[in-house]
Amino acid sequence: MEDKKIRVMVAKPGLDGHDRGARVLARCFRDAGFEVIYTGCHQTPEQIVAAAIQEDVDLVGLSCLSGAHRYLFPRVVELLKQHGADDITVIGGGIIPDQDFQMLYDAGLKAIFTPGASLDSIVEWVKTNVKPMP
Amino acid sequence: MTPKQEDIEKAKRIRKGDVRTASRLIRNIEDQIPEAKTTIKHIFPHTGKAHIIGITGPPGAGKSTLADALIGSFREKNKTVGVLAVDPTSPFTGGALLGDRIRMQRHAEDHGVFVRSLATRGALGGLSKAVGDAVHVLDAMGKDIIIIETVGTGQQEVEIINHSHTVIVVLVPGMGDEIQAIKAGIMEIADIFVINKADRDGSRQLYAELMAMLDMANISSDGWRPPIIRIENVFEPISFQKKLEELSGKIEGHFQYLMDSQLLGDRLRRKSMMEINEALRASILEPVLKELAENGELEMMAEKLIQKKSDPYSLAEEIAGRYLKNVP
Ligand SMILES: Nc1nc2c(ncn2[C@@H]2O[C@H](COP(=O)(O)OP(=O)(O)OP(=O)(O)O)[C@@H](O)[C@H]2O)c(=O)[nH]1
Ligand SMILES: [Mg+2]
Repeated sequence: MEDKKIRVMVAKPGLDGHDRGARVLARCFRDAGFEVIYTGCHQTPEQIVAAAIQEDVDLVGLSCLSGAHRYLFPRVVELLKQHGADDITVIGGGIIPDQDFQMLYDAGLKAIFTPGASLDSIVEWVKTNVKPMP
Repeated sequence: MTPKQEDIEKAKRIRKGDVRTASRLIRNIEDQIPEAKTTIKHIFPHTGKAHIIGITGPPGAGKSTLADALIGSFREKNKTVGVLAVDPTSPFTGGALLGDRIRMQRHAEDHGVFVRSLATRGALGGLSKAVGDAVHVLDAMGKDIIIIETVGTGQQEVEIINHSHTVIVVLVPGMGDEIQAIKAGIMEIADIFVINKADRDGSRQLYAELMAMLDMANISSDGWRPPIIRIENVFEPISFQKKLEELSGKIEGHFQYLMDSQLLGDRLRRKSMMEINEALRASILEPVLKELAENGELEMMAEKLIQKKSDPYSLAEEIAGRYLKNVP
């Protein structure tokens, strides 16, 4: 009997070690019925992309509080493309100033969530925009 | 390309080590997509080369940490490694938090290492139903070593024995009387014991109890007595490195022992029996059950039982007579 599940990865690129938010989000995704891979802190974009491909996830959620998102987020999207895996949706969250939104969308991120966003709204976004891959 | 050519292509890519194709196939196996079986048919002849190592033990005992260290040690010897790490699916939401990977992420970029997390999806026994076929995928990719980490087990989750050549049971001191219960189950499947966090109170006692248990176990003179390795603290690099070498020596020693003693043949036979059992169930019983459920007969039969108009055996014989050519 076919039983398709949404698989997501929650990853924390960069140097900041505050992963409470990422952990809460990971648990919230699990409660929404997703299979969630959490990679832990201090991940390079290369590590994140390698893991995402090995795990065959539908979505990568990046969380960054250090301010390096302008480099790290686009780099993840770029590397996915290089590996022929640009069908994996990338979203970002963390402390991200409004003026950076456009450049992140242009880089290929599909959604940005700032600390004000409710967890439910993130789950809702994923349910609407991400389907398990064929 | 015809579907058949496509499957042959896929199988070829997997044998060349293509990660995307392999991980997608594992996904389709988990999702029980019927086409996945066809690809498995093409890779199956190319499996059977890897040494498969199972790691099991109670929750939080340090299984993933140990798997990570073993990956490192096998890589130093230039062996490629595939890992299947199983974590439980929540019975309430169907979701799962797959956390084993965190401990192994330092190997993410190493092309000689492939780590895949699996959720149990309701399977009992500490594994996922997809494990058997996922092992075939990693094997066909050419991984020399395949490590399977079970969920943190209680006692009865001994499925791992059907899937591995060498089973490592990881224990920690301070489980108290639990050892009594554990004895009944996972004790019998251990080829190697690791006492983790052995710098803690109770480590000596646990060691003594295991030794006493093994003394009673009636191992023949040419038999394999499971060694017990005490790892004081994984965070102390020098002592840990020594213990790790000891452990990988025992792992290799055990595989050698299997090959020398014909026991490898026994294990392979046991595994093949399980595989054919499962495949028969999937292609005979499940389609029948599905049809009976869909056409409402299953419910009607339940009704007959309630009203005592029939009994389970007569009903089953009637169904068997309808579906099977030769009913004994
Ligand atoms: N003190 C000490 N801590 C350890 C040792 N081995 C592992 N740990 C810690 O124990 C915790 C659990 O380790 P894991 O490797 O995740 O354990 P696990 O058995 O894989 O856990 P589950 O998969 O959740 O059942 C981690 O915080 C490790 O850092 C050890 O030898 N000594
Ligand atoms: Mg673990």
